[in-house]
Parts: sequence; C-alpha cells; structure tokens
Amino acid sequence: MSGQGLSAVGVEAVGMTMRFGGFTALEDVTVRVPAGSFHALLGENGAGKSTLVKCMMGFYRPTSGQMLVEDREATIDSPRDAASFGLGMVYQHFTLVPSLTGAENLVISREKVPAVIDWRRERKDLATFMETMPFRLPLDVPVRELAAGEKQKLEIVKQLYLGRRFLVLDEPTSVLTPGEAEEVLGIVRGMTEAARLTVLMISHKFPEITAFADDFTVLRKGRLTGSGKVADHDRKAMAAMMIGDQPIATLDQRKPVAPDAAPVLEVKGVKAPDRSGLKSIEIADLTIRSGEIVGIAGISGNGQKEFFEILAGQRPPETGAIAVKSKAYGASRRESRALNVRYIPEEPLRNACAPRMTVAENMAFRTFDLDSEGRPARWISAGAIRRFAADLVARFKVKTASLASPIQSLSGGNVQRAVLARELTGRVDLLIVANPCFGLDFSAVAEIRARIMKARNEGAAVLLISEDLDELLELSDRILVMSDGALVYETPIATASVQTIGEHMAGHH
Amino acid sequence: MEPVDIGLWGVPLAILGGAIRVSTPFIFVSLGETITERSGRINLGLEGILVFGAMAAYAIAVMTGSPWLGVLGAAGTGAVFGLFHGWICKFPKVNDIAIGIALMLFGSGLAFFFGKPFIQPSAPDLPAISLGWWSDIPQVQAALSVNVLFLIGAALAFALWWAFRHTRAGLIVRVVGDSSDAARAMGLNPDTVRLLATAVGGAFAAVGGAYLSLYYPGSWNEGISSGQGLMAVALVIFARWNPLGCFAAALLFGGAGALGPALQSVGVTQGYYLFYAAPYILTLAIMVATSSPGRSLAGAPGELSITK
Ligand SMILES: Nc1ncnc2c1ncn2[C@@H]1O[C@H](COP(=O)(O)OP(=O)(O)OP(=O)(O)O)[C@@H](O)[C@H]1O
Ligand SMILES: [Mg+2]
Repeated sequence: MSGQGLSAVGVEAVGMTMRFGGFTALEDVTVRVPAGSFHALLGENGAGKSTLVKCMMGFYRPTSGQMLVEDREATIDSPRDAASFGLGMVYQHFTLVPSLTGAENLVISREKVPAVIDWRRERKDLATFMETMPFRLPLDVPVRELAAGEKQKLEIVKQLYLGRRFLVLDEPTSVLTPGEAEEVLGIVRGMTEAARLTVLMISHKFPEITAFADDFTVLRKGRLTGSGKVADHDRKAMAAMMIGDQPIATLDQRKPVAPDAAPVLEVKGVKAPDRSGLKSIEIADLTIRSGEIVGIAGISGNGQKEFFEILAGQRPPETGAIAVKSKAYGASRRESRALNVRYIPEEPLRNACAPRMTVAENMAFRTFDLDSEGRPARWISAGAIRRFAADLVARFKVKTASLASPIQSLSGGNVQRAVLARELTGRVDLLIVANPCFGLDFSAVAEIRARIMKARNEGAAVLLISEDLDELLELSDRILVMSDGALVYETPIATASVQTIGEHMAGHH
Repeated sequence: MEPVDIGLWGVPLAILGGAIRVSTPFIFVSLGETITERSGRINLGLEGILVFGAMAAYAIAVMTGSPWLGVLGAAGTGAVFGLFHGWICKFPKVNDIAIGIALMLFGSGLAFFFGKPFIQPSAPDLPAISLGWWSDIPQVQAALSVNVLFLIGAALAFALWWAFRHTRAGLIVRVVGDSSDAARAMGLNPDTVRLLATAVGGAFAAVGGAYLSLYYPGSWNEGISSGQGLMAVALVIFARWNPLGCFAAALLFGGAGALGPALQSVGVTQGYYLFYAAPYILTLAIMVATSSPGRSLAGAPGELSITK
C-alpha cells in the first residue's frame, strides 16, 4: 500500500473546456506536467484553476478536452478512474471526514477495503508506512480535533498512502502558518526530486512558487495566458500574465490619528471559555479609537477565533463589559445596525453566508428589511435586493455566473469579496476583521487592504485579527500579540519589530 | 402458583420487567434510525413502517401459522418502505423530513386498510425464554420471561456498535453521513448508500412492529402503536447516534414507563398517573442536562438536515 518503489507519472490535459450552463469557466486550456516536475498553476480568483483540476480528476465532466497520462489517452470520468491511473488531489476545502480518526480516514479511502477491518494489522501497516514519512501525525483522534496544518499533512499522507504518483494540491498552504507551509511543501518537493511524485499546485503566493516550483501555467478568465519555467520569469512577468494591464490598488496615505479621537470599542475584563472548554480567554483591557487600525497577531489557536466570536455575539462572555461608542454592546442585529458595527469573519462561507441562498440574497442580509429611507420595510422587494446586489457586484468586481447562483458556487476569493462588499457598504464606525486575505490572489489582497485602509481614513475603528504578520505590519497603527488567550504585548507600529513580536507569539519573553 | 406478596420489591421488579418488555420495539426502531441517520438522512416515517410491519407480521403469522415468517415478512415490507423513502429523497430539492411525515401517514393508512380482516383471528405468539427459572416467586419469573427478539435486539446493538468501527460497510455509512463531498471524492455515491441505509432502517422498524403485534401486547388493532416509532427517533438523538446508547436509552425509557403501573399495583392510589409521564420527563431532563448552548450536538452526523 505504500508509495515506495513507484515512480512519478507525467500528465497532460489537452483542450479542456468547461461550461456551467451558459457560463464558460474554462476555454481550450492545455497544460503539460512532465513526470517528476513541480508545476504551479496561477490565476486570479475565479480564473478557473479549481475547475481545470477538477476536470482533470474526473470530478467534473469537461464539456470537451482530453487527458493524457504518460502520453497515452486516458478516459477519466470519475475520481475513481483518476485514482486507477495514480492521479490524486488534495482539494481546496478539506475532504477528510471530520468524525473519523486519521487511521479510519486512511483505510476507508483505499481502493480495496476488506469487509471486516482487522485494526491490529492495519495499525501495524500504518505505523510502518508512517515511518517512510518525514513527520509524525496523531492517527487515533478524530480529524475534527486536528489543527489545520495537521489536517493538510494528513491529506497529503493520504494520497501517498493510496499510492498516488501525480498529485494536485489546490491552495495547500492557504490555511497553514508560514512555518507549516514551508515544511509541507519542502516534503513534497523532496518527493518530486526523488521522482516519486509529480505535483501540480495551485497557489496565490509568489514566494512559495519561486521557492518550490519548476514550471508554471497562468489562467485568466478561463483562458491560458502564459506558461514557462519559473527560473526564467520574475514575479512581475507572472503577475502581468495573471491580471493583464489592470492597475493594482494602492494603499491610501495613512492619515494621522487625531490625538482626541473618540474611543469606539472598549473591552474590559472579558472572560469566556475557549473551544475546548478547558482554558479561558481573558481580555483585560482593549480600547480602539476612531480612525485607527489595531492589529492582533498570534499563532492560530491562541484564542483569536474565540475573541472574534465574543465580539460577534457568537460566544457569550462569562464576565466583563463590551462597549461601542460608550454604549453597552451585546452584538444583536439591532445594536450592530444602530452603532454601525460590521464584521468580516474568517471562512466567510461558513461564518457570514447562507451557502445555499443566492448571491443577491446573501449580499442583502444587512439591508433587505429596510426601505430606501432606512426604516423597517413592510414588504421585501426581490427587485430591490437584485438591484442592490448588482450594484455591489459591479463595484467590488465579484465574479459570479449570475446573481441567482447559490453563493457556495462562487470561487473562494469571490465569496470573500461578496462579504466584504456587504460589510463595507454604508457608514462603518467599527470594523472587526479576521484573516481577510486567506486564499485571495495578490490583486484582490491589495484591493481589500486598500479598502480597509480607506474605511480607517474615513473614521472607522478597525480591529484586525490576522495570522499574517506582513499584513499587520502594513495596515496597523498598533499591534497587540495574543498568546494563550490573553493580550500579552503591545507596540505602536513605529517601534514594532518582527523579532520581538515573534517571541511573544511563541510565548517566551 | 399463587402470587407471593413481595411488598415494595414489586416496584423495581416491575420496572425491570417493563424495561425488558416495553423496550424491544424502541430498540429496533432506534437502531434502524441510527443506521439511517448515520448515513445523513432522517426517516420520520418509521412510525408508519412500524404500524405496517405490525400488521404484516400479524397477517403472515395468521396465514402461515409461523410467527417467525411474520417477522421476516415484516422486515421485507419495512425494507420496501425504506427503499421508497430513499428513492424519493434522492431527487433534488426533496426534503427527507417532509417525505418521512408523508410516509408515516401512508404506512399507517395502508396498514389499517389491509389489516381490517386480521383484527379478529388470533396469531401464534413469538416464543419467550424464561430466565427466571432459578426463583420460585412468580413475579420474578414473569419479569424475567424474555422474548427472543429482545435478545436479538441487544445483540444487534452490540454488533452495530462494533460494525460502525470495524467493517467497511460501517465506515462507509459514517463517511457518507458526515461529508457528502468527502464521499464523492472517494468515489462513493451518497444517494445509493443512503438508499440502502434507509432500507435497512425500515426493515428494523418493521421488526419492532412485529414485536408489538406478535408478543406484547400481542394482537393487531389500529391502536397498536402509541407513538413508539416517533419516540424512537427522539431516542436516537438522545443516544447521540450510538447503538449502545440506543439500547440503554430504550431500556431506560421502557423501565420508566413501567413506573406508573408498578406504583399502582403496590397500592399507591393518588398521583400515580403522573408517573405515566416519567419516560418523557426523564428524557427531557437528560437532554437538558447533557446539552449546552456553547457547543453543537456531539456526534451528530454532519450531513443531517437538522444539524446542518
Ligand atoms: N458548480 C459551478 N456552477 C456554476 N459556476 C461555477 C461552478 N464552479 C465554478 N463556477 C464558476 O467558475 C469560475 C471559476 O471558478 P474556480 O473555482 O475554478 O476559480 P479559481 O480559479 O479556483 O478561483 P479561487 O482562486 O478563488 O479558488 C467562477 O466564476 C465560478 O463562479
Ligand atoms: Mg479555487
């Protein structure tokens, strides 16, 4: 069952076209990935990258196109067919089964599973197999309890365990910390160099592409716009292939914070249990004034998620007081509307959308029950919702097949844009943001950061929780570090040093 | 043998006897529903299937003279109902809960229609094993007269609990129930798995019905079920989708149900009818005590339409 002794296969997709109804997501794209190479697939959000690889894997049936494996025509109508050629994929969203343990996930995804599973033997085989892996993983706890990095490693381990020799990784690092990302990609790179594996990786991050990939292909609006060797192209050349000659948003000049700026968010002595219920989150004292961005740094899992949930009313605090503009704040819809508080949570599809409702409905969540004067509306007008959404879709450049598509059919980056459009429309006095740029292409990242900065300059107080230190350094006026459920360090941006912040994040200071 | 006066000992004894006697249909229906719900579907139609199973088992037993053929026949009809539910639910935009409610009414109605001629004749009973031979107190012997189906149900609970971890079929059901996407990525067809899981669930529920008409109370009439099919669905949630939990919950429920009659029989004349509500109050109390607003229902299959 182990991938040892097998060698990498080369794959070519020829003339792939995919239409969803009248919408062409992919048009006549050809990609060649020779055996043992590490190939990067680039493109803006919604360019059709996931669609292309899903067609290659038999997850979608392409409208037209042909797959070649080792230069021979291959009929791939299902993921199972793909597997029989040794092709496997790690999807953008995790496809491990959360309630099963790692071992159960591995064994059940095998081609041939005996009717009765002899766990003693399987466990022994798994242990032997894991010895060939450069890292350890807990295989006996339910997958839902693993950290994101561990899940991602398990996804890759699973593919190798299944004996795959061509691997598609769809944005494998978007949920990982930089350290984890480097580790995982390094392992995969090592396997391509040993000719055990061929890799096709979708990524938005130029540093990891230059560090790990041999060749690249660029898609734009479903068409092939460039390809070549990574070594022969610089970042600018690849970026130009991705976005054409569109301008990239630039950050507005940072307006100085007025010395007498009014406090907008005040958090005092707030305490709540964390996810596991074993530890607690304690925010002793945090004040954010109008017109400043306060960044919260920290390694994921140190209570940032819970803190966001407290502020968003998803997790009731045991003690303490939260006030917005000096009024007690309980995060009800009425209060957030009256005080102009807006949220951009992480994983917006799960935390800020109703996945199966349409794009238009999702974008109108804040306003659908108000009439044009802002009073409660008696009747809800589908027409008004559509017009409102159409305007936002155009202004925030959300790519969607139609306003009536379910929002879950949008590409990851476009869900993010849709939520951003909804939350940043109208007057914003307090904006609470968590990891707003996960999984976004570089021009979208630039644009979203520019919009957050613009909201700040217009007087909004912004709380920015992020795992991306560069993002915090670029946007914040002050940076706080969260570790073990508490804010342990604060520095104004002028004196912020990556070194000191990193030490506090790691918990030794 | 003359009944011996055993005083207050009669109460725990009656509860034990009740637990064994009353719990069997709950065990079967809740185990069946566990299989179905673990695959990501809810079948609320089990009440209808149970009633139809009771009728079918009774009719077949009357006609063939064999109660076991009745049980088998009932299981067959239950599976057909389950297949029907599973087949309809695979169409897009069909809601499994609504179909379940329709099936509940349909199953009961059909059972009353076909069952009219079988209200009068009497069918042979399912055999019971006497586990009370060691005692010469008749109450003990009565309480420990255990029906074979109860033992089968207990064995099935353990077997299912084991199968969910140790067999391919068990793992596949859990995969499909927890994440359709993961299942599809593995090349499994969630609709097919759910179709089969609903069929098996239906067969189980119908066997629960057969117990009602062929053993306790042991006759076929239109009031045969007092909502066991529906209560069992609630028991599954109560038992957190764990087969052993279902078994324990069914026993608890059966035992609590025997409290009222037992108190009455030892001479409590006032307020004993309040104890008829004991099973429901107990269920509510445990539900409240074991849930929390801070976390979602532990163990709930991710694809269930009520937890999604
Ligand atoms: N099942 C579907 N039905 C309708 N439209 C779809 C479907 N899947 C994808 N699309 C559309 O096809 C386009 C390409 O989507 P795709 O997911 O391939 O983008 P992507 O390049 O992977 O973007 P991202 O970087 O954001 O993940 C998008 O506009 C999306 O809305
Ligand atoms: Mg994608």
